[in-house]
Amino acid sequence: MCGIVGLFLKDKMLEPRLGALLTDMLITMTDRGPDSAGIAVYGEGAPSHTKLTVQSDTPDEDFADLSDAVQAVVNAPVALVRRDTHAVLNVPAGTAETVRAHLRREVPSVRVMSFGDTLEIYKEVGLPADVASRFDIASMSGSHGIGHTRMATESAVTTLGAHPFNTGADQCLVHNGSLSNHNAMRRRLRREGIHIETMNDSEVAAAYLTWKMANGATLGEALEQSLDDLDGFFNFVVGTKDGFGVVRDPIACKPAVMAETDQYVAFGSEYRALVNLPGIDSARVWEPEPATVYFWRHGETTTPSRKAA
Amino acid sequence: MQTYDLEANGLRDLNAALHDQNTETNQTRWDVINPRGSHAIAVGLDAPIEVNVKGSTGYYCAGMNKQAQVRIHGSAGPGVAENMMSGKVVIDGDASQYAGATGRGGTLVIKGNASSRCGISMKGIDNVVHGNVGHMSAFMGQSGNLVVCGDAGEALGDSIYEARLFVRGKVKSLGADCVEKEMRPEHIELLRDLLARGECDAAPEEFRRYGSARQLYNFKIDNAY
Repeated sequence: MCGIVGLFLKDKMLEPRLGALLTDMLITMTDRGPDSAGIAVYGEGAPSHTKLTVQSDTPDEDFADLSDAVQAVVNAPVALVRRDTHAVLNVPAGTAETVRAHLRREVPSVRVMSFGDTLEIYKEVGLPADVASRFDIASMSGSHGIGHTRMATESAVTTLGAHPFNTGADQCLVHNGSLSNHNAMRRRLRREGIHIETMNDSEVAAAYLTWKMANGATLGEALEQSLDDLDGFFNFVVGTKDGFGVVRDPIACKPAVMAETDQYVAFGSEYRALVNLPGIDSARVWEPEPATVYFWRHGETTTPSRKAA
Repeated sequence: MQTYDLEANGLRDLNAALHDQNTETNQTRWDVINPRGSHAIAVGLDAPIEVNVKGSTGYYCAGMNKQAQVRIHGSAGPGVAENMMSGKVVIDGDASQYAGATGRGGTLVIKGNASSRCGISMKGIDNVVHGNVGHMSAFMGQSGNLVVCGDAGEALGDSIYEARLFVRGKVKSLGADCVEKEMRPEHIELLRDLLARGECDAAPEEFRRYGSARQLYNFKIDNAY
C-alpha cells in the first residue's frame, strides 16, 4: 500500500495554507500505511543560505549546542530552528556538504533529512496525524509540498526509512510501490558518487533522479529515463525547487488520482485525499496514464505532460 | 425516497440498510449523499432497488451487485462493480482500474473512460464504455461482452477465452491469442442491444469485433521457451 499526496500551488494566496492542506490530505490516507509518515515543504529560503534539516532521537542533548558547533565549522553565524526531533540549520550557501561531513564524523546521532534553498523534510515513525502535529506541519506555508504514509515492504521501519527522500539539493521523492533492481542500481549510483543513506528501495529512486539531473537532465527527462532504468512497481511524486512531477510505471497497479484548477495541481493515492481541497468540485480530475511523465514548474503558464517513448 | 448522508452516518449502516431490502420492499429508491471518495459503497446488494450515489466513489463501489440499479453521479475508484452477478451499474464519469472485473452478469455502463484492466477475467458481464479503456482490458475474459466506443490500450484481450470485444476506435495492440473477427449480422444485433442498454447512441456498424483465436486452450510444446 502506502499513501502519497502532493500539492503544487499556482495561486500565491493559498501558500499560507499549504501545510494545513497537505496535512489534511495525508491524514486521510492513514489507512494506506501506519508505519511512518513524512512531509516535504518548499517554504521561504534566506538569500545565500542553504537549509539543512536534521533529526535526532535525543534532540535535547544534540541540539543544545549544535548551532555553535556548526558555526565553528563554517565560520559564520548559523541559525537553528527546532521542531520536536527535527531542526533546520541555516548555513551559508556552499557549506552544506562540509557540515554534513562534520555531523557524520562528530555527531553521528544527528542525521540529515534534507538540504536545499527552500526544502524542509519532516518525517518520523508513526501515524500521519501524530507526525504532523509533532512538527506542526499545519502552520507551515510554502509553494509546494509532498507527503507520504508508509506501509513498509522493502526495508526497516525507521526514521531514515521514512519518505520523502532527499538526495540532491532541493530534490525530494515519495514512492508507492516496490523496486526490484534497487540493489544493483544503488551500487551503480554509489560508484557515480551519489550519496545514499539507507537500504531502502525508494531512496535509490530519489538518488537515480538526482544523478540524472546532475548530468543535465530536466526533472521531466529524468522521470522519463526512470521508466527504462527502474524495474518494479512505482508511483513517484517528486519535488524540485520550482517543479513538481508525477510518473507511474507501465503496469500502473498502484492507484493515483490528480486534480488541477487555476489554483493548484494535486496528487492523491485516492480521490478521498483530495475532497477537502478548495474548488475540488469544479477541478479537472483524472487518473494519470501509465508510463507518462507529468510535470509542472512555477512560472510556466502551460501544463506540460509528455508521453514517454 | 430514502436519503442517506454517508459522511454523517457512516458506511456500515448504509450497507446494512441496503442489505435489509428484499424483492417486496417499498423503499425502492435510495440517494447516497456526500460519498467523498469512500470505499465499498452499496456493496453486496440483492434487491430490485435503485441507488444513486451523488458524487465520486473510492474502491469497490457496487461490488457483487445482484438485481440493484446503482448510478454513480461522479467517477469511480478501483474495482467498481467487481464480480457483479446481475442488475446494472452506471458511472457518469470515469472509472479507475479493473472496472467490472470477474463479473458474471448484469450490465456496467461507464459514460467516461475506464483505465487499465477493465473487465479483467469477465465471466458473463456486459461492460459498455463510452470512452476509452486502458491496457490489459478483458485480460483472460471468459464470457460476456466488452463494448468500447473509444480506443483500447495495449494488450486488449490478452489470453482471452470466449468473451466478445467490440471496439469502435483504435486498438493500440492486441494481447496474446486475441484476434480480430468478422462482424456478422448476429453480432450487429447483439451490439445494438448492448448499446441500447448502455445508454449509448453509437451505430453498431462502426465497431470491429475481437475475440479468442483459441490457440492457448491446450498446452503446446512450441509455446515453451
